[in-house]
Amino acid sequence: MSDVEQRTDLVSVTIDGIQVSVPRDTLVIRAAEQVGVQIPRFCDHPLLAPVGACRQCLVDVPDAGNGRGFPKPQASCTLPVAEGMVVQTQATSEVADKAQQGVMEFLLVNHPLDCPVCDKGGECPLQNQAMSNGRGESRFAGSGSGGVKRTFPKPINLSPQVLLDRERCIVCQRCTRFAEEIPGDPFIALVERGAQQQIGIAEDAPFLSYFSGNTIQICPVGALTSESYRFRSRPFDLVSSPSVAEHDACGAAIRVDHRRGKVMRRLAGNDPEVNEEWITDKDRFAFTYATQPDRITYPRVRDRVEDGGDGSLRPASWPEAFAVAARGLAAAGACAVLPGGRVTAEDAYAYAKLARVSLGTNDVDFRARPLSAEEESFLAGHVVLTGPGDGGVTYADLERASSVVLVGLEPEEEAGTLFLRLRKASRRGLRVVSIAPFATRGLRKLSGTLVQTVPGREPGALRELLGHADHGIDSRAVVLLGERLATVPGAYTAAAELAARTGARLAWVPRRAGDRGALEAGCLPSLLPGGRPVADAAARVDAATSWGVESVPETPGRDADAIVAALLTGEVGGLVVGGVDPDDTADPDATRRAVEAARFVVALELRETEVTRAADVVFPVTPVVGKAGTFVTWEGRPRPFEAVLAEAGALPDLRVLSGIAEELARLGRGAPLGFRTVAEVRAEMAEIGPWDGERATFAPMSALDTPSTDDPLTTAGGAPGSVLATWKQLLDDGAMQAGDKHLAATARPAVARVPRTVLDALGPVVTLTGDRGSVTLPAEAADLPDGVVWVPTRSSGRGVLADLASPGARVTVKGAEL
Amino acid sequence: MTAPDTLTPVLTATWADERSWTLDSYTASGGYEGLRRALTMSPDDVIAEVKDSGLRGRGGAGFPTGMKWGFIPQDNPKPKYLVVNADESEPGTCKDVPLMMASPHTLVEGVIISCFAIRAHTAFIYIRGEVLHVVRRVQAAVAEAYAAGHLGRDIHGSGFDLDVVVHAGAGAYICGEETALLEGLEGRRGQPRLRPPFPAVAGLYASPTVINNVESIASVPSIVRHGAAWFASMGTEKSKGFGIFSLSGHVTRPGQYEAPLGITLRELIGLAGGIREGHELKFWTPGGSSTPLLTAEHLDLPLDFEGMAAAGTMLGTRAIQLFDETTCVVRAVLRWTEFYKHESCGKCTPCREGTWWLVQTLAALERGQGSEADLDLLLDQCDNILGRSFCALGDGATSPITSSIRFFREEYLAHLTHGGCPFDAARSTAWAGQEALA
Ligand SMILES: Cc1cc2nc3c(=O)[nH]c(=O)nc-3n(C[C@H](O)[C@H](O)[C@H](O)COP(=O)(O)O)c2cc1C
Ligand code: SF4
Ligand code: SF4
Ligand code: FES
Repeated sequence: MSDVEQRTDLVSVTIDGIQVSVPRDTLVIRAAEQVGVQIPRFCDHPLLAPVGACRQCLVDVPDAGNGRGFPKPQASCTLPVAEGMVVQTQATSEVADKAQQGVMEFLLVNHPLDCPVCDKGGECPLQNQAMSNGRGESRFAGSGSGGVKRTFPKPINLSPQVLLDRERCIVCQRCTRFAEEIPGDPFIALVERGAQQQIGIAEDAPFLSYFSGNTIQICPVGALTSESYRFRSRPFDLVSSPSVAEHDACGAAIRVDHRRGKVMRRLAGNDPEVNEEWITDKDRFAFTYATQPDRITYPRVRDRVEDGGDGSLRPASWPEAFAVAARGLAAAGACAVLPGGRVTAEDAYAYAKLARVSLGTNDVDFRARPLSAEEESFLAGHVVLTGPGDGGVTYADLERASSVVLVGLEPEEEAGTLFLRLRKASRRGLRVVSIAPFATRGLRKLSGTLVQTVPGREPGALRELLGHADHGIDSRAVVLLGERLATVPGAYTAAAELAARTGARLAWVPRRAGDRGALEAGCLPSLLPGGRPVADAAARVDAATSWGVESVPETPGRDADAIVAALLTGEVGGLVVGGVDPDDTADPDATRRAVEAARFVVALELRETEVTRAADVVFPVTPVVGKAGTFVTWEGRPRPFEAVLAEAGALPDLRVLSGIAEELARLGRGAPLGFRTVAEVRAEMAEIGPWDGERATFAPMSALDTPSTDDPLTTAGGAPGSVLATWKQLLDDGAMQAGDKHLAATARPAVARVPRTVLDALGPVVTLTGDRGSVTLPAEAADLPDGVVWVPTRSSGRGVLADLASPGARVTVKGAEL
Repeated sequence: MTAPDTLTPVLTATWADERSWTLDSYTASGGYEGLRRALTMSPDDVIAEVKDSGLRGRGGAGFPTGMKWGFIPQDNPKPKYLVVNADESEPGTCKDVPLMMASPHTLVEGVIISCFAIRAHTAFIYIRGEVLHVVRRVQAAVAEAYAAGHLGRDIHGSGFDLDVVVHAGAGAYICGEETALLEGLEGRRGQPRLRPPFPAVAGLYASPTVINNVESIASVPSIVRHGAAWFASMGTEKSKGFGIFSLSGHVTRPGQYEAPLGITLRELIGLAGGIREGHELKFWTPGGSSTPLLTAEHLDLPLDFEGMAAAGTMLGTRAIQLFDETTCVVRAVLRWTEFYKHESCGKCTPCREGTWWLVQTLAALERGQGSEADLDLLLDQCDNILGRSFCALGDGATSPITSSIRFFREEYLAHLTHGGCPFDAARSTAWAGQEALA
């Protein structure tokens, strides 16, 4: 809701003698904050529906606005303001103060008061408010024959990651309300009654939610803890630094708590525009990847056999590594750059500039996954340079939309923050339509409608949405396009068409944190930084002028697939590669062979991988926690962050690249990059700015190139087998989840989903065979159309692309035994 | 002793009849006449009749029943529901169960008329789960009513449809609280709901809902049959009509005494043959354990809503529990408090934690442990519970304690000086004095 809408409806109330105007329906507890009075509270949470359970927030209301007062104290967290209402809080009313002290004393009756060994001690709302609004000593222990507290055996695992110490719980229901209201995962529930009332695991269902960690954070006592942080540190020993989550394109604000150079935990930051106060468990717990034993901590160069060496990688100094890398690239002939999708925008800019200024090529592509030329054209024509206030769809826009169409996107798995915002909106009436092969649990939680679609048939489904009155696609609708659509020819074209006809707005939701920033920074063969089209001479001149070079290459570059092909044919000889896992790419085998075939490979990596093992020079790069940077959200919103820790032994990608560029310049190849620090890159990016000339236009696929909208099952030339549907699960075998086994244990298991008839016919284990191999997985029934199977992309083996087949390809399904 | 015409048997009139619970028996004594009359009236006129009668809720709070029905927004497109509260779990309260056992059709007829008035087409009778025999009896009565055309489609050609569902609760005092009852009926955990919205606007399944006690609904057929004026001619100015007074404890003939509101305890005890032989009244609850207790000083107060409020207590459910001088008030209060601790739903802090603590303080006092300061502590705990809890269960938990300390402070202190309970608990039992015969 905009400020303007709210202000039109103000209500004036008097709180502790101070008059204040607040929007209608404001709760007294929050109106009091406006006059600077903090009413103590436990169950109240601004993002959860009020319950009035703990009774800590009682206030006196001598006048409810109608001249009459309430005879007894009222819970200020459930009482909306009324015109003329008079409220007296603990600050001015003895009744309110006594009521609050009384409730606080009651809360401590059964609380163990084990603050000295409790994780929450030092940041505990119960501890703090017992001090500020309670009596110093409870009378419980001294009363009768000495108070006997209720005890429980401790603790219980609500999930592999979340633990509950029941005796500390004050049953405020924040955790259960969160689970039910926010992600819609009601796996924990109140059980028993009276003082025995406790949080329990809902019948037969462990707390398997991608968002479970939020309950730990909002628990007002130390009842909920995580396996990974429990007993590890005291809040007052921690330094807290704000940052941005690096696991998806959502840009969630996080708080990183660290002690003596080590991250101890991560919490959700509070950003109403983006993640509100929630983050995924991946954003919260997946940070140990940066401290794995296979971290690369010094540069390595290969003593190449052709130069008389033994062919092994050996430690090298930074200057030597820069020099060796530059010499190798200079000698390798044509070079290409594959930065990967996890880079910060500043690092991406350095990759983009290195390609153009030092290596003289447009062969640069951040897409380390299946891609298409149609996608690239769509990104250039419809996505780059959009952002909040600039035509870009925002989180808040989703709440205002009439309907949201998901195409090639499973938000719960691929963009958790986005999922939560969609759920919030859907609970308030937003219509969600998903073009997908089956109704996922995520879609059910969005009360969404499935437009059941065989993979590959999305363009037809999009076209059929036009004219489909029930789905109400109009100018208030938003269509969210997942990066997977690159594997569906004609999908972006159909989406653009739908938007053009209806006025619906489009947004592209990539999976990786760095993708959108890399697009803006020019890591595409057809785009220079700031959305400057390579094909546009004026844009090239503009970039060259900003960079102080004579020209930038005008030949359109190769995309990642073409780079791989050119490395294999020898047309391209040198490769600068960032965090790329061959198993994520369209053809893992080809990518792997291309790295082998390249004449010279310079790898920038965090940890050892098969790429670094094959590279000629390896540079250790700083993980996100150790450097400043910017991620750009799927909305196009820049999310800058500063370094949290000082990292030794590694440098940010941009510093490595500038070191290589300086050496290349010394060899007469190109110019130095002109920066060495993040601050310098930021300044340069600001200076070069967005392209203000004509933007690239999307080249839709012609109807000829677009496969028929008929069901591929009947028109694919009778090819045998089932169509393969696949996407990644939030928690899987991804490299950046390494090191937290408790988190890993909450991942959804790898299962093949098949139509019920197939499950009945083949039994509970199936073997799928495609052109790249076979995988055997437990099978589960889903409401899939006949002839479609689904498997998670990277939850077993080396993943679907390496072990099985391409998305949308045919696979055979047979019964098997595990 | 007391003139027999003090009693006004209406609800209880047929209880002694042969197989009084059958449709035949009920019909023979004029049953379902009220329904026939109601179906000739307009629904609004039925509501007006009930309003005019002055009937007030018999479930404890005494809210005017006709007014409650009038709150149902008839322009709301959602279905309307009637829910009959037959959870009857308050200590001492034992009127609804016998009524449903002896004359279930009085309730069923009341349900049909009430639904006709509020334009509900589905009614639920929520019966406390422990009393399976009652559930069966009401189910049987409902089945008979369907067979006779009193329920179902187009009842007696009126065009009015009604289905009645008999629902067995799962055993919790809190499910008698109307919003917790609704939660339970919807299949959720029985805990009270936040109000507003009130059930009249968004009750069962978020639809307009009337919740009434069994006795309230059972009083409706007689009002429609005999008229509002007839009903209003009984009782007192603001507490009209008759009600069932349930006498239990140290009285010669415990049982159900149906009398006009405003009758005094002295009259009722007279009707019940007096306090048990050789003993005298010490304290009593006017309407269940949640109503502050009174003493022999209060024998002549009118038992109506106003009279009881003036004495600092409540009429409640007219569950009159009588205790003679053999009873230790501390012991009685501790037992009640244990009940509240056991039944606290756990939702809110004051009741959940307060009852846990109250029991410990009281138990120590009963054993003669603690000090006089503990009495003030008890009163302060009660002050921090009363009016601070989420629902009235917490309030009710404080009633026995505050009222007993008010009237019997010395007896509490005697426990401390005596080093334990000065009473012989056996003397207060029903078999006291009969040990020799055993
Ligand atoms: C803890 C608690 C228990 C209650 N139990 C009952 C009950 O068993 N039966 C009942 O009719 N009302 C009970 N009530 C009162 C109901 O909430 C409600 O006021 C009543 O059903 C309304 O009906 P009436 O207007 O016909 O009296 C209880 C209230 C509380 C707070
Ligand atoms: S575990 Fe924490 S959040 Fe959940 S009810 Fe208990 S105190 Fe509240
Ligand atoms: S007073 Fe509170 S804890 Fe007690 S029954 Fe009511 S809601 Fe539950
Ligand atoms: S904060 Fe208001 S009742 Fe809990």
